[in-house]
Amino acid sequence: MEYTILILLLPFLSFLVLGLAGMKMSNRLAGTIGTVVLGIVAVASYYTAFDYFAAGRGADGTFPTLMPYNAVWLPISESLHIDMGILLDPISVMMLVVISTVSLMVHIYSFGYMKGERGFQRYYAFLSLFTMSMLGLVVATNIFQMYLFWELVGVSSYLLIGFYYTKKEAIAASKKAFIVTRFADLGFLVGILFYGYYAGTFTFTPQLQMLASAGAMIPLALGLMFIGGAGKSAMFPLHIWLPDAMEGPTPVSALIHAATMVVAGVYLVARMFPLFIGYAPEVLHWVAYVGAFTAFYAASVACVQSDIKRVLAFSTISQIGFMMVGLGVCTSADPHDGGLGYMAGMFHLFTHAMFKALLFLGAGCIIHAVHSNEMSAMGGLRKYMPVTHITFLIACLAISGIPPFSGFFSKDEILTACFAFSPVMGWVMSFIAAMTAFYMFRLYYGIFWGRENKELHARHVPHEAPLSMTVPLIFLALVTCGAGFIPFGEFISSNGQSYTIHLDSQVAITSVCIAVVAIAVATWMYLRERQPVADQLAKTFKGLHRAAYHRFYIDDIYQFVTHKVIFACVSTPIAWFDRHVVDQFMNFLAWCTNASSEEIRSWQSGNVQQYTRVFLGGVLVLVLVLLLI
Amino acid sequence: MIQMEYYLVVSTIMMFAGIYGFFTRRNLLAILISVELILNSVDINFAVFNRFLFPGQLEGFFFALFAIGVSAAETAVAIAIIINIYRNIRNIQVKNMNELNG
Amino acid sequence: MGITLELIVFLILAVFIVASSILAVTTKRILRAATYLLFVLFGTAGIYFQLNYSFLGAVQLLIYAGGITVLYVFSILLTSSQGDRAEKLKNSKMFAGLLTALAGLVICLFLTLKNTFLPSHFEHGELPVSAIGMSMMSGEKYGYILPFEVISVLLLACIIGGILIARKR
Repeated sequence: MEYTILILLLPFLSFLVLGLAGMKMSNRLAGTIGTVVLGIVAVASYYTAFDYFAAGRGADGTFPTLMPYNAVWLPISESLHIDMGILLDPISVMMLVVISTVSLMVHIYSFGYMKGERGFQRYYAFLSLFTMSMLGLVVATNIFQMYLFWELVGVSSYLLIGFYYTKKEAIAASKKAFIVTRFADLGFLVGILFYGYYAGTFTFTPQLQMLASAGAMIPLALGLMFIGGAGKSAMFPLHIWLPDAMEGPTPVSALIHAATMVVAGVYLVARMFPLFIGYAPEVLHWVAYVGAFTAFYAASVACVQSDIKRVLAFSTISQIGFMMVGLGVCTSADPHDGGLGYMAGMFHLFTHAMFKALLFLGAGCIIHAVHSNEMSAMGGLRKYMPVTHITFLIACLAISGIPPFSGFFSKDEILTACFAFSPVMGWVMSFIAAMTAFYMFRLYYGIFWGRENKELHARHVPHEAPLSMTVPLIFLALVTCGAGFIPFGEFISSNGQSYTIHLDSQVAITSVCIAVVAIAVATWMYLRERQPVADQLAKTFKGLHRAAYHRFYIDDIYQFVTHKVIFACVSTPIAWFDRHVVDQFMNFLAWCTNASSEEIRSWQSGNVQQYTRVFLGGVLVLVLVLLLI
Repeated sequence: MIQMEYYLVVSTIMMFAGIYGFFTRRNLLAILISVELILNSVDINFAVFNRFLFPGQLEGFFFALFAIGVSAAETAVAIAIIINIYRNIRNIQVKNMNELNG
Repeated sequence: MGITLELIVFLILAVFIVASSILAVTTKRILRAATYLLFVLFGTAGIYFQLNYSFLGAVQLLIYAGGITVLYVFSILLTSSQGDRAEKLKNSKMFAGLLTALAGLVICLFLTLKNTFLPSHFEHGELPVSAIGMSMMSGEKYGYILPFEVISVLLLACIIGGILIARKR
C-alpha cells in the first residue's frame, strides 16, 4: 500500500504550488488545481479503505495494523526515537475517508462560496495545507508525529480563521483559537514527554513491562494528553475559541471547526484507547464526565443563540461531547461487555462529520443568500431556497436522532453505552439529546419558517445557491441518509473483532420519543409567525436567558482572569522587573562596554613607538616582579 | 685591569640611549639610527662575553660578526623602504604615515 | 689596581661612546645624528680592538662605519628637505620616553652589576684570522658554514629586495 504516501504528498504539493505561484494564477485555475488534487486524494483514500478492509482480517480476527512507511527521524536513545511514517488501521482509514470526503466537498463548495473573494488562491493553498496536516495527523505512526501534525493543523486553522485579515474580529478570533489550543497543547506535549520517558517509546504499542513499572505516571501522561485533546476538541473549559472561530469563511468552519480538526481530540483518545482502558480507566471516565458536562453546557447555550453559525458551533461542541462520552463510558475492551462506546463514539464521529458539514455548508448557502449570520434576517426562506431547505432538514433530523438518518444510529449506540455504564449517565445524555433536537429545530424553524424579515427580503430577494454549492449539499445529504446503514461495527470496534450492531429497542424507542417530543415543542414554539411562548419564556427566565446568551459568561471569566488577575498581578510586575531591572542591567553592561572602549580606544593609536614604550614598560614591570619575588 | 662590567655598563648606556631615541624621534632615519645603536650595544656584549667568559670558543665572536652582516642587510632594506615612502609622500616623519590607519 | 694605559684608553673610549650615543639621539639635526652614530661605531670598533678582536673591529669599521653610515648619509641627503630638523616633541611624550629609558637603564645596570658572572679573566693574545676562517668554513662542531651561507643568501635577498623596493616605477 505504498501509494498511501500520495495522500500526504499531493495536498502538500498543491499547497506549495498554490502558495508560491498562486498569485500568478487565475482564481479558476488555482481552485481547479486544489480541487483536482483533493479529488485524487479522496479517490486514493477510498481505494485505501477498500484495499485495507477487503484484505480481510488476520488470524486473530482483527484487521492488521499496517505501516507502509516508517522512518526513524530523530533517534533519541536506543529504544526511544521519533519516527515519521504512515500507519493504517481501522480508525485511521476511517478518518482518511471522512477527511478527504468532507475536504473534497468543501473544495467544490468553495468555488461558489468564495467566488470573487480576494485571496482566493491563498484560501485554496491553506485548505490544502490543512488537509495535508489533518491526514498526516490521522496516519501518524507515533504520538510525536501526531503532535507535529497536530500543531500544523492548529497553524492552518489559525490561518483560515484569520483569512479575512482586515476584519478585526477575525484577527482576534484567530489569535484566540491559536493561543487557547496552544495552551492546551502544552499539556499534550508534557504528556508526550512523560509517556516517552516512562513507556520508553513514542509508538502506540509500548512494551507491557515498561507500562507495568511506570505505575501512576501512565494515567498522568494520558490525562495530560487529554488536556491537549480537550483544547483541540473544544471541551469545557477550553471551548471558548470555537464559537469565535466562526469568523472564518463558512466552508472552513464546515471543514475544520465541525467535521475534522475538532474531532482530533476524540481521535487522540481513540488512538490511545488501549492504554486508557488498560491502565487508566478512571481517567477515561473523567473524559466522559468532561464530555457530558460540555455537551450539556454547549446544548444549553445553543438554545438561545441568534447567530446561526454560533448555534452550529455550540452544537458541534455538544456533539463532540457526545463522542467523548461514548469513548469515556467504556469499561472494557470487549464491545459486548462495556466496550460498545468506542465503536459508538467513532461511528458518531463519522456520521457527525457528514451531517455537521452539511449543516455548515447549508448555513453557508443561507448566509450567502441573506448576507447576514443573524436569525432575525432570515425566516421563511423555504420558499426561496428549496434545495438548501431539504438538505438542511435532513441534517437536522439526523442530528436529532430520527431514524433512518445516520445520526440516529450512532447516537443510539452512544446512549446504549451510557445506559450500560450507568443509568444516570444514560438519562443525562438522553436529555441532552432532547435539547439537541430542540435547538436544532429552533434553528431550522428560525431560518426556514417562523418570522420572516419581509422588509429585508423585499429589498434583496434571497436566491438559491449556485450549483457548485448545492451539489456538495446533495451529496452529503445522501451520505447522511445512507451512512446509518453502514455495518460500522464490522470495521471498527474496541478490540478489533467484528461486532454486529444491534439496536437496543428500549433505548431506541426512548430516544426517538424524546427527540420527537423535543421537535414537537420546538415546532409549537417556533413554527409560526408569532411566537408568544418563546418570548414569554425568555421574559420569565430573563436572567437565565441572558446568561445563556452570553455563554454563561465563561469568556468574561477568562477575560477577567487574564486581564485583571494574570496581566495586572503577574505580568505587569514581571514586565516592570524586565524593563527596569533586566533591561537596565543589560544597558549598564552595554554602557560599561562603551565607556571602557572609549577609554581603550586611545590606547590603540597606531603609534608603534607608543606600543614599544608600553611593551618595554611591561617587560620592566615583569623584571621587577621577578626580582622582588 | 679592566673589569668585564665596565664594558657592560657602556653597552647598557648605549642600548638605552638607543631605546630613548626610538621612543622620541619622529624621523624614520633617526629611528633607524637608534636601532643601530641598540644592535651595536648587543654586538659589544657578545664580544665581551666571549672574550671574558669563554675565551677558548668563538660563538660570541661569530654572533657579533653575523649580527653586523644582518644589520647591514636590515639597514639596506629599511632605507630602501624609507626612500620609497619619501617618494610617495615627500616626507619621512612618522606622524604622516597614517595611510593604513583605520 | 693601578691605572694602566689600557684602562685610560678604555675610559676615553667609554666616555667617547656614551657621549656620542647620547648626542646621536638628542641632536636636532639628522645629519649630525648620523655623524654621532659614526663616532659610536668607531668607538665600538676601538673596543673590539681592545678586546683583541681585530678582525671584528675591522669588519665593524668596514661594514658599519664604511658602508652603513655612508648609506645613511646618502639617504639623509636624499630625503631631507627642510624637515631635517627634528620637530619639537610634546614634553609629556619626551618625558615618558625618558622615564621608561631611565627606568630600564637603572634596572639593567642594577642587574648587571649585582649579577655574579662566571669567573672572568682576560687573556691577551690576538685571535688568528686563519682560525676564524677555518671555523667559518667548517661544517664540524663549532663550524659556521651554515650561518655563513644563510647570511650570504640573506644579503643577496637584501640586494634584490632593496632594488625592488627602491626602484622607480
